[in-house]
Amino acid sequence: MMDAAERRAKTKPDLAAIAADAVGGHAIGRPTAYVYEAPVRICHWVNAFSIVALMMTGYLIGMPLPSVEGEASANFVMGYIRFAHFAAGQVLAVFFLTRVFWAFVGNHHSRQIFFLPAHRKQFWREMLDEIRWYAFLEQTPKMYVGHNPLARTGMFTGFTLFVAYMIITGFALYSEGSGIDSWQHKLFGWVFAIWPNSQDVHTWHHLGMWPLVTFVIAHVYAAIREDIMSRQGIISSMVSGERQFRD
Amino acid sequence: MGAAMETFYSVIRRQGITRRSFHKFCSLTATSLGLEPLAAGRIANALETKPRVPVIWMHGLECTCCSESFIRSAHPLAKDAVLSMISLDYDDTIMAAAGHQAEAILEETRAKHKGQYILAVEGNPPLNEGGMFCIDGGKPFVEKLKLMANDAMAIIAWGSCASWGCVQAAKPNPTQATPIDQVISNKPIIKVPGCPPIAEVMTGVVTFITTFGRLPELDRQGRPKMFYSQRIHDKCYRRSHFDAGQFVEEWDDEAARKGYCLYKMGCKGPTTYNACSTVRWNGGVSFPIQSGHGCIGCSEDGFWDKGSFYDRLTNIKQFGIEKNADQIGMAAAGAVGAAVAVHAAVTAVKRLASKREDANQVH
Repeated sequence: MMDAAERRAKTKPDLAAIAADAVGGHAIGRPTAYVYEAPVRICHWVNAFSIVALMMTGYLIGMPLPSVEGEASANFVMGYIRFAHFAAGQVLAVFFLTRVFWAFVGNHHSRQIFFLPAHRKQFWREMLDEIRWYAFLEQTPKMYVGHNPLARTGMFTGFTLFVAYMIITGFALYSEGSGIDSWQHKLFGWVFAIWPNSQDVHTWHHLGMWPLVTFVIAHVYAAIREDIMSRQGIISSMVSGERQFRD
Repeated sequence: MGAAMETFYSVIRRQGITRRSFHKFCSLTATSLGLEPLAAGRIANALETKPRVPVIWMHGLECTCCSESFIRSAHPLAKDAVLSMISLDYDDTIMAAAGHQAEAILEETRAKHKGQYILAVEGNPPLNEGGMFCIDGGKPFVEKLKLMANDAMAIIAWGSCASWGCVQAAKPNPTQATPIDQVISNKPIIKVPGCPPIAEVMTGVVTFITTFGRLPELDRQGRPKMFYSQRIHDKCYRRSHFDAGQFVEEWDDEAARKGYCLYKMGCKGPTTYNACSTVRWNGGVSFPIQSGHGCIGCSEDGFWDKGSFYDRLTNIKQFGIEKNADQIGMAAAGAVGAAVAVHAAVTAVKRLASKREDANQVH
């Protein structure tokens, strides 16, 4: 992995220089860093599409579409929506677990979203800097190879914690249909010890969608804004894996 | 009393019930418990050979709807047989004895059948003000309950009151009505929730205990698995309309006349564990959904405090005002969306301004 990263770091500026020469501009050697390994990127996009699918189908399960006409046996609208929801949920669970696994074997960036170094003073100092940057109190942003502390906190709570919460409550609700002798109930039935009335689990699972909607809004906005404002390749880095520092 | 060695069968026959009816009851019970066909014979054998189990039936804060349901157990024989099967030594609502005579039975049972009798509790004890909101025989009910529970074999918590607290424990619960399992911790407790529980479920649980001499298998929440392991929704005869996406939108619409799914009308079937959609009520005549009304989830924990009976989502009161999950979520997402839009606008303006400054400096 390291070799590949180094090789790319070496070759990339040359390519940029050639490209720049071809149109007659300056030859610029832009520093890049290999941040997101392939499994991280794959998990990111699979999770992203799963979450969008889960939000749409989940909302339609809570607030079903207008009734369809005809015989009951000729339609399966709610059935298909629920199937899509369950399928996307299982995919999300598998890729979330893959992502957790990769945190153990991947590079140190892959571990960032699973814990916060809250015991380190530097973390909080940089967090304050970042908050000041977003509050328009700093002229120039700090550069980070991986996540900045604020982004890291956002990822940890908005993604890791909430998605884990949704997976757990989701499987608990799924176990209601699959039965109390199913593996889903054996693994996740303890959720009903917290909320004995499953109506509460339904409500909290439903409510859990909204923090994720909020997270997606903030996540996409911050990625686009940083891409433009802090002169770092944020969005492209989740495709190529490399973060470019453009100044 | 004094009938401790009398078998169920001899009592049943003494009541004038024919052997034929007795066997019909055994078959029905085996079927309702979901047992194999041969189990009917085993039930009959057990009833013919085993001594009757003494039962003490106590009433705390309750409305007697459990008793009302119990005595209406569908099969005529079920009522007769169960009241004969168990040795119902004490039930202050329907017993002939009163006053000191009645209270003496409790002492006698505790002494004679220590560790062998079943304590059936209908309702729950209020704990506030030292338990004075429910006085029974001159003493707070909670004291009587603890005393009788100490020497019991097991406790049956009849209904949602004894199992979860029910209406008297609904917010703000002024008497601090408390479910049995939070007061008694040293005895096995079988929860048979429902407001009231289905008659055949009640008699079924009693029959299981007396037949097999052990308690039925319970789920995570202490309810007998055979009656409470599936939701109303799982066995609802309108389930096909749910899967098809055919819903009642208003009480008097065409869909309601066609008998579509009541999900959108706030039916609690998908979150309620009970046997209504299989056993049904009043001798299998009907159950709420069959009568056109959604399930209100009466066998679930705290069903009085889960908002309207006609809403799918529970209202959340922690925020001062009652809102449902969607209203809160949409408000939060909307606020963040608006903040993002403003932030983006400020960013753009500042960027434009700084560019102009740069441009001015160049000139």
